[in-house]
Amino acid sequence: MSSTAITGMGKSGKEIPWQLWASQLAAVLRIELKKTLWMRRSIWIYLLAFAPAVMFGIHALTSPMGSHCSIEEDTRVLAYTFQIFYLRVGIFFGCLGMFTWLFRGEIMEKSLHYYFLSPMRRELLVAGKFLAGFITASLVFGTSVLLCFTFAYGHFGAAGHAFVFNGPGLGHLTSYLLVTVLACLGFGAIFLALSLIFKNPILPGIVVLLWESFHSVAPSLLQKLSVSFYLKQLCPVTIPPDGLMALFTVITEPVSPWLAIPGLLCLSVAILAFACFRIRRTEISYLAD
Amino acid sequence: MSTSRSTNIVFENVSKFYGEVLGVNSVNLSLPPGVTSLVGPNGSGKTTLMNLVTGLVRPTQGRVSVLGLTPDEPEEFFRHVGYCTQFDSFPKGVTGFEFINQTLRLRGLTSSEAARLASEAIERVNLSEAAHRRVAGYSKGMRQRIRLAQSIAHHPTVLVLDEPLNGLDPMARAESIALFEALGKQGLHVVISSHVLHEVDKISDQVVLMSYGYVVAEGKIHGVRTEVKEHPMQILVRCATPGLLASRLFSQDHVVEAKLNNDGKGVLIRTKDADLFYQLLNKIIVEENFAVDTVAPNDDDVNSVYQYLVGTGSGGTV
Repeated sequence: MSSTAITGMGKSGKEIPWQLWASQLAAVLRIELKKTLWMRRSIWIYLLAFAPAVMFGIHALTSPMGSHCSIEEDTRVLAYTFQIFYLRVGIFFGCLGMFTWLFRGEIMEKSLHYYFLSPMRRELLVAGKFLAGFITASLVFGTSVLLCFTFAYGHFGAAGHAFVFNGPGLGHLTSYLLVTVLACLGFGAIFLALSLIFKNPILPGIVVLLWESFHSVAPSLLQKLSVSFYLKQLCPVTIPPDGLMALFTVITEPVSPWLAIPGLLCLSVAILAFACFRIRRTEISYLAD
Repeated sequence: MSTSRSTNIVFENVSKFYGEVLGVNSVNLSLPPGVTSLVGPNGSGKTTLMNLVTGLVRPTQGRVSVLGLTPDEPEEFFRHVGYCTQFDSFPKGVTGFEFINQTLRLRGLTSSEAARLASEAIERVNLSEAAHRRVAGYSKGMRQRIRLAQSIAHHPTVLVLDEPLNGLDPMARAESIALFEALGKQGLHVVISSHVLHEVDKISDQVVLMSYGYVVAEGKIHGVRTEVKEHPMQILVRCATPGLLASRLFSQDHVVEAKLNNDGKGVLIRTKDADLFYQLLNKIIVEENFAVDTVAPNDDDVNSVYQYLVGTGSGGTV
């Protein structure tokens, strides 16, 4: 063996090695996507994600051509399903399971040190792992939402077609998919950061769930620290604030979508920046974990 | 790389505490190229010292640098450093080849270059036949070897090996020791921790003796032994007339004991001043035409030195 270290694409000196970073990010993404997409312990996330699609599928089969329902009714049911199930349960817990495992999984399996011993900035590791989780979660939940939408309107025949392509349907779908992707982004960032702070992120996850559920009773400034605050503003169908459900759906501080989207992006970037700060100080002591 | 950059692994007043538990305390070391062995019982701080070198843990106090670099510059630092940890764990579901290939791709290498280096490293540890089998099905020795291959695959100039001989069969141990020795002779820094003293004794250029988080001695083993003044040096002289030699030596002040061997063909001398003893022996040989077969230090090894300094261990392990 020669005693000359292999240099890879990196260059010595103070020049920023963009090319090296890009190839390292791609390498992390490749490894992590394989894990997050095909992980056996993710099965429950898939089941959780696709449960509403199955329900809507059954509904479509039992109500051909909208024989027992109307487009308005199904639109409302879809809105409830999305805001109550997807945002509060499905995407929230799915992201909790997926993003907390990105680092905790490596620590449990005692393999994180292989990353830490690579000539790679730890920030790139956070970025690569986050991107892998984000792509997987968006793909899984986005597909599920798309299926729900298809089943919700597909069985109405020509009326459903008209609603989707000549009415507000396509706009609704775009909004649902956008909110799904943004939810994966926001919740993903939170849970990834939590997994770098707490050994068991479940309890802090419950605190986040409570905060995300009841943030609407908090002062205006604090509400902006909630992911749901921004997501609610972007949902295409408003749910009437009736009874207990109002806690989850009411918008006390309306914000334009043009502010909500950058607002959520800023919040997510701030959380990820904190995660990068944490990982720089992370030490390998598997025994303590 | 700057030409003025340090060529050593340097610890400057380094301490590491895990909460209230001491890892290592007030370590000042400068390790030159060659094979350096960290010797000490479990819990003496060997792994902590290695983790500090490679940035897996950060010092609570002080500074560690490797060839003038710190882990805060990972792109440069880890191009030079390879670390075979004690953790017998791997990413799930990978084959030996994939495991090494993956870590090489993280270095920014192209697919073909990574594959070439992975194959080369696997061949180096004699695992080519099992390269495409899953690591989960490997024996302990094979897992140890594949981790060793991973740590050397990128041709590091500093190789840190935590108990690298654990789990290896005698043949693989001998091959590994030969590999470490060869790497040391090539001018690499090879830092090895072991509690099997006679194994590291054979190949070490210098040793660092550790106990309870403190460095109790460091340097070339002979130099360290010479400094242990309170334990007279043992020297075994093989000759045909040991009784005569013993009587000539015993009158000297620095000789505290002269013990005849059971086979009647040697005498074990304990002396407070080895240099004076060797001068005297030369004089006897020349003046009295005394025939001596061999002269060899009897406790000039890591095991003896460790026992004198720390007072534990026997049978070649600490």
